[in-house]
Amino acid sequence: MISETYSLLVNGNSYQVVDGHPSESLLWVLRERLELSGSKNACEEGECGSCTVLVDGEIVCSCLVLAASAVGREITTIEGLGSEDEISDVQKAFVDAGAVQCGFCTPGLLVAIDQLLNTDPDPDDLTVREAISGNLCRCTGYGRILEAVRIASKNRKAQNQEEQGK
Amino acid sequence: MGVIIAKSVNEACAVLAENPAATVLAGGTDLMVQVNRGTHSLETVLDLSRIPELKKWTMEDNQIILGAGISYTDLTHPQLSAFFPALAQAARTVGSPQIRNAGTLGGNLATASPAGDTIPVLVAMDASMQLKSSTETREVSITEFITGVKANALKPGEIIESIKVPIFKGPQEFLKVGTRNAMVISVVSLALVTDYLERKLRIGVGSVSPVPFRATEAEEFISDKFDWETNRNLSEKVINKFSELVANSTEPIDDHRGTANYRKHAVKVLAKRALERVSAGDIK
Repeated sequence: MISETYSLLVNGNSYQVVDGHPSESLLWVLRERLELSGSKNACEEGECGSCTVLVDGEIVCSCLVLAASAVGREITTIEGLGSEDEISDVQKAFVDAGAVQCGFCTPGLLVAIDQLLNTDPDPDDLTVREAISGNLCRCTGYGRILEAVRIASKNRKAQNQEEQGK
Repeated sequence: MGVIIAKSVNEACAVLAENPAATVLAGGTDLMVQVNRGTHSLETVLDLSRIPELKKWTMEDNQIILGAGISYTDLTHPQLSAFFPALAQAARTVGSPQIRNAGTLGGNLATASPAGDTIPVLVAMDASMQLKSSTETREVSITEFITGVKANALKPGEIIESIKVPIFKGPQEFLKVGTRNAMVISVVSLALVTDYLERKLRIGVGSVSPVPFRATEAEEFISDKFDWETNRNLSEKVINKFSELVANSTEPIDDHRGTANYRKHAVKVLAKRALERVSAGDIK
């Protein structure tokens, strides 16, 4: 049994992984070793997107990232959005639109949508659908999720205009 | 040994020479599926994802040399898609944004799936590949490289360094059949690449045989019939004959994604559609 000790940079914090096995996925290490259980585990084959995280600013399925190969990369999980006291604007938009039913796909969608709006603050409908095409929701049927993106985008635009006006 | 993150091609080759049994990791989108299922336990892993040389592309004469670590997302960027629209179209149909950010061109080729999306395009364009080990660098054509279903010509200690793709003048088209747009493994795929200077239409097909291949008989037929000045006058009869020749060259199987009969039918539809689309644009 080969074991490894290495550190991962998650949401700006450095975590030690002690006695890890080389086969462990980033998703498994996040959930089981680092107790960051916000990223969900469903398919483990990159089909569902519920484990979506950012690695060096790009969305990826954390189940398909070898944990020990992510040393030195900047990892952002759902726990890195918003803060303990205040949820992020995209999270708030999900609440306002009623875009959460069972909630299992929600963390992955939030990470994907937050990243989309960071790069394209005013995406058209097709761009949004493309951006979340790797995140499966089996409850709501996406209507309210798309509505949540529209709300978040509108709020960000209003906030940007306000800040520019100052 | 655990996971070794190589910083250069030479370092990667040296590591592999010392550990020929090491598992090579690129984007992880195929490998990690097997690892998560427990069918592939890792001991020594050579990670190629942080080698800057493998992420670069350069132009040489009338060819582009693509680093094996270039991602599907990279292939869709305008800089590259301008040279290879069909390759960009193929890359764009892979998985989801998450998968396209991680998965690489080199990984698609090393996996050598009959359904690998970039392969029919690269086959149509006669791409070649540079393979490197600590002692040797060699070039093989893409058809020499893919030796069977999920089998490739890599020797122990070798990695794919780059893929050399000629630039062709004229319109291109990639089409794929699946159950939906995102997250789909192709049931049939087809690439049509126009080579205006040589007056040749090149056709690569995927998912309808053990390895993607060029439909040469159909190519010869249509290149001869094609009106290279106005590209307008293709008769229904010629188009049908062309699509039949493409379908006749395939050897599809029945599986859970579709029957052989369906694939024969679908490849005919794709051939016809690709030809019509290529004919609709400016040929030069």
